[in-house]
Amino acid sequence: MNIFRKIAHFYIDGFQNMRVGKELWVLIMIKLFIIFVILKLFFFPNILYTKFSNDNDRANYVIENITK
Amino acid sequence: MDHGTLVELSRAQFALTAMYHWLFVPLTLGLSFIIAIMESIYVKTGDEAWKKITKFWMTLFAINFAIGLATGIIMEFEFGTNWSNYSWIVGDIFGAPLAIEGIMAFFMESTFFAVMFFGWDKVSKKMHLLSTWLVAIGSNLSALWILVANGWMQHPVGMRFNLDSARFEMRNFFDVLFNPNAISKFLHTIASGYVMGSLFVVGISCWFLLKKRDVLFAKRSIIVGASFGLLASIFLIFTGDESAYQVAQSQPTKLAAMEGLYKGESRAGIIAIGQLNSNKKIGDDQEEFIWSIKIPYALSFLGFRNIDSFVPGIDDLVLGNKKLGIEPAQNKIDKGREAIGALLDYKQAKKTGDIQKSTVALKKFREYEKFFGYGYLKNPKDIIPPIGLTFYSFHIMVGLGTWFVALFFIVLYLSMIGKLDDKKTLYFAAIFSIPLGYLAGEVGWIVAEVGRQPWAIQDMLPTFISSSNINSTSVAITLGLFAFVFTALMIAEIKIMLKQIKIGPEGEHHV
Repeated sequence: MNIFRKIAHFYIDGFQNMRVGKELWVLIMIKLFIIFVILKLFFFPNILYTKFSNDNDRANYVIENITK
Repeated sequence: MDHGTLVELSRAQFALTAMYHWLFVPLTLGLSFIIAIMESIYVKTGDEAWKKITKFWMTLFAINFAIGLATGIIMEFEFGTNWSNYSWIVGDIFGAPLAIEGIMAFFMESTFFAVMFFGWDKVSKKMHLLSTWLVAIGSNLSALWILVANGWMQHPVGMRFNLDSARFEMRNFFDVLFNPNAISKFLHTIASGYVMGSLFVVGISCWFLLKKRDVLFAKRSIIVGASFGLLASIFLIFTGDESAYQVAQSQPTKLAAMEGLYKGESRAGIIAIGQLNSNKKIGDDQEEFIWSIKIPYALSFLGFRNIDSFVPGIDDLVLGNKKLGIEPAQNKIDKGREAIGALLDYKQAKKTGDIQKSTVALKKFREYEKFFGYGYLKNPKDIIPPIGLTFYSFHIMVGLGTWFVALFFIVLYLSMIGKLDDKKTLYFAAIFSIPLGYLAGEVGWIVAEVGRQPWAIQDMLPTFISSSNINSTSVAITLGLFAFVFTALMIAEIKIMLKQIKIGPEGEHHV
């Protein structure tokens, strides 16, 4: 348990004492929000996984696409 | 909009994402090792000045890393949306390397990065140094898996196409991992990152010398940066030679485009510098260049390790060369169409349960399998990549690579003999070489990726067949959105970076 507490303190202290890092984390959070919430949800669906429920259908769709 | 426009927009979007991503990666690859070397000197000598130097460059490393973080993930989104045919077809090959890369990056970043940035006074000097080295090694190994995947696309090995699952299935992981194309690509790419890191350190240190600020810090940084840079830039030449050798073996059209070579020849020379004749057409008698300076025999020697070797040109590859046994592209297209026909017959026979017919179709497919991708091409000329872009990008890359060797040599030599003071022209040259390093990396990728067109997977899958059937308007919107987001990120990085550089090594550097 002690070791886990030490690890937790290591990270907490590190984050609390950050200087330029705080500015960077704000940028990282904004970027991750744009990437994973806006882009992924609204603009980048995985076509084959949203259209089909199993691999067999996906394979048939791809074959159809590449042989038409 | 038609399918052609959709493909071009998807390609533009992927190129934009990859090129922005590549603005951050090389500095991470190179600077991580330079920091590790600086910290090693600190641990060895106990000199606190080296600790300050290490912490200064580590802060800049952190800024670059944070801004670049996750920009590569967007490319994976694009695979699923814009390139769904391609991502399905290669899923079995790419799954393993990309999963290893993801797991490795996660564990490295959450543990050793934390020790490196947060652990200065909390772990022993040696433990901290070990973490810094592991961050450098881990970042570089992460690149290995991505480049294994890319190398496979340039030279697909260790796989077989499964007609039922419509996927290339991995038959031998080690063939994929030790694909000579992937290994040479990995070494060349990380070496370019080391050169970029060194240019960054030398250039910024020269700025301090120009401003007559923190002179000892700047000179010490230059010694490490220029030494590492000189070794890396020489290594870059050797790995570049190996990459070109691999291209000559497996991507002859790319080599011909890189050199603007139309009529193949034995004892072929390399164009050191030249201007392409834009009116030149395949098979005509016009000169290839308006003017050029050639190094005799060099292309035959570097491409095939023999000055007498024949290097096929664009005319030979498109029209064929009976004397030398080079098949015309039209023959390959015909064979590719046989393979596609056999695939259709196979699927039809499977649907009707006709085992005999499906066995015959499968046998026929295997016979023509290696020409599969050619079956999608309409015209033999389609096998040729954009010649102008490939040729000029290649020559800019090589020219800049040569300049970097000279720059590192001059800076290191003057440092060693103690004559680096008041060399304003050299300082400016070093500072302006930072953007040139980025330019060299980007044009290098243009050679690799534009030069392999029309293929997404060499000889197997053309780019235009790889894309999804989606609405091109949404691709156009996200293309604009990316350009905006990435530009904003880049401005943010430059601003934060410049602020930290101006603070200098004597300021507080606690990430």
